[in-house]
Amino acid sequence: MKSAVILLPGLNRDRDMIAALTKIGGKAPVTVWQTDTEIPDVDLIVIPGGFSYGDYLRCGAIAARMPVMRAVAEKAAQGVTVMGVCNGFQILLEAGLLPGALMRNASLKFVCREVKLEIANAETRFTDRYAQGQVIRCPIAHHDGNYFADEATLARIEGEGQVAFRYAEGTNPNGSLNDIAGIVNAEGNVLGMMPHPENLIEDAHGGTDGRALFEAALGRAA
Amino acid sequence: MIKARVTVTLKNGVLDPQGKAIEGALGTLGFDGVGHVRQGKVFDIELESADRAKAEADLKAMCDKLLANTVIENYTVSIT
Repeated sequence: MKSAVILLPGLNRDRDMIAALTKIGGKAPVTVWQTDTEIPDVDLIVIPGGFSYGDYLRCGAIAARMPVMRAVAEKAAQGVTVMGVCNGFQILLEAGLLPGALMRNASLKFVCREVKLEIANAETRFTDRYAQGQVIRCPIAHHDGNYFADEATLARIEGEGQVAFRYAEGTNPNGSLNDIAGIVNAEGNVLGMMPHPENLIEDAHGGTDGRALFEAALGRAA
Repeated sequence: MIKARVTVTLKNGVLDPQGKAIEGALGTLGFDGVGHVRQGKVFDIELESADRAKAEADLKAMCDKLLANTVIENYTVSIT
């Protein structure tokens, strides 16, 4: 179970992500810097959260144009499992690897708290250790998590089961359309999500609801 | 040298919470009769070229590739 974490200036959740992958995968991930043009053979590539390039222009916009993202796109096209959390989600959208966009939170406020997440599709390679409709706890911390897609795109991703996570029980913190918190691409091997499952993986975090996501994403590997 | 101005605005139908907040603040300041406010971005760009047609094509490519997110934004290019 080999994994890689993409590093870009301004990310700040990389250490949490590395710790989660190390603890759950049993092996530390390799790290890949933004200017690297090749990613080693791994089973899972993760883009962590933070504020790459200070959120200049649009969240994730500059990061998405860095050389390493061409390598991520190539790996994704080969079917490698790719996951972006928070700023990582924004970067995957800006890179065109996932449909839609993330706008400023409807409240205009940075929101840092816990939400309830409903597993909207338990048949993805990221969610198949959860039950369909299961509601889990998960922390969030973001300013731009308001998911938007045009009507046709929204209808398509809903129809194809590409919505993996929704904010549940009235906890939508940002105005996202259809309470969308996380989506996969049409092929199902790329996930983007705003909440931080890496921050709920051990008892010291106050809960372990995020573990099953990593177990699923890592466990798929040969 | 060519000087250009690129304006990026949100597409119709895309919610603009920042524009809404500005709209509210203008009302608070006593400006009556302010309709919808939409926030956008302006980029002033200098190009070392005299070829206006090429400059315009390049600027549009810049918008499509970086300056605008065409999922949610429109852009206009004007060369001065």
